[in-house]
Amino acid sequence: MGDVLDSYRLLVQGAWITIQLTVYGSALALVLALVFGIAGTSRHRAVRVLNRVYVEFFRGSPALVLMYWFFYSLPNLGLELVPMFAGVLALGLNVGAYGAEVVRGAIQSVPRAQYEATVALNFRPAQRLRRVLLPQAIALMLPPFGNLLIELMKGTALVSLITIADLTFRAQQIRTNTGETVWTFTTILVMYFVIAQLLQLSVRYAERRVDRMLGRRPSRDKAGLATVAASAPGGGTAG
Amino acid sequence: MTWDWEYTGQFLPDMLSGLRITVVATLVGYALALVLGLVWTLLRRSPSRIVSQITRWVMEFIRSTPLLVQLFFIFYVFPEFGLTLGPLSAGILGLGIHYSTYTAEVYRAGIADVPRGQWEACTALNLPKRRVWQDVVLPQAVRKVIPTLGNYLIAMFKDSPLLFGITVLELLGVAYQEGARSFKTLEPLTTIAVLFIVVSIVSSIAVRRLERRYATY
Repeated sequence: MGDVLDSYRLLVQGAWITIQLTVYGSALALVLALVFGIAGTSRHRAVRVLNRVYVEFFRGSPALVLMYWFFYSLPNLGLELVPMFAGVLALGLNVGAYGAEVVRGAIQSVPRAQYEATVALNFRPAQRLRRVLLPQAIALMLPPFGNLLIELMKGTALVSLITIADLTFRAQQIRTNTGETVWTFTTILVMYFVIAQLLQLSVRYAERRVDRMLGRRPSRDKAGLATVAASAPGGGTAG
Repeated sequence: MTWDWEYTGQFLPDMLSGLRITVVATLVGYALALVLGLVWTLLRRSPSRIVSQITRWVMEFIRSTPLLVQLFFIFYVFPEFGLTLGPLSAGILGLGIHYSTYTAEVYRAGIADVPRGQWEACTALNLPKRRVWQDVVLPQAVRKVIPTLGNYLIAMFKDSPLLFGITVLELLGVAYQEGARSFKTLEPLTTIAVLFIVVSIVSSIAVRRLERRYATY
């Protein structure tokens, strides 16, 4: 126990890197999810194909394999990435692909009459999205986004394998230096758990805000099978 | 640097042994996840509030902490308590435990999705508990959860490279070693990335088929 307390500074540093990775990774994932998700609802076939290619490619490849590829293979092509950048890129691209499916599914499940109304009112395509479709779709996106955020946070542990000094990396370091395994790994598991709970609380808060914005009563019921299926990190279920 | 086809041909046979480990880990881990998920679901439905609440938080804990750290925990910490596992068994156990919390959630949602009227009908017909589950609830629930469970099988396959973190020589491990030996990392890593993508796409098409086949509306 004492050794772990001495190494707590290392763990705090590691936790900070983990949080940074989560923030950068989710920012990248969010942008990619919105861009490619909206592309998936386009009327133009070519744009939709772009969405399919991105989603199938980056959803199909495991985040760790992507990370190794960015970190170890790209230098062979003459492109050397900073480890942190490689990690964020792999996580962002991977989770962004799941997110794009969520965004596409959410936009498509806004009632069709809403879309027809925007056409009748002569909205420009950008206005349709910004004023009518997205505000309603966001309410549907948030719960699966919350799950994806947790998945991304868990995914940050992988960067320890490409030499980034995150929480897991620090724990390994302490293990090799002090041989103290029980407390080290228990401590970091609890730290990850706390981070995950904080993320979950903030997503819940955002859900309540959006519900209020749309004048809806917050839904209190447990996730049905459709929600569980939509956030399954496997193949495609949305749409 | 250009792609070296001759080199690719040379290491491909070695990849097969990695693929075998990956497939074994995924399938055995998945079987474990399916069974353990059932145990969680039953504990969760326990009439004792304490048992069901503890189960809930344990599941929440396992689900919201990284699989890689759990693998380290099993591999490095369990021996301190006298349970020493080989890398592959530790990996299978880790995959199984981690994914069992997901399958448990799928089971729970599947049971919850059976319409209330079905339960009420069972009460009205005075069916014994055994028949309620065996002939009314489970046939409807199982049918609905099959595609989602299929998705988790794919997800697990994609998480199997994490086993390399605890020195299992599965696909990624073999590819990485090959690259380190020959200093050509492009071909082996790209090959397995393509392999993962192909398997994922093919299997998600299969899952979509299942979905259509078991659709209940």
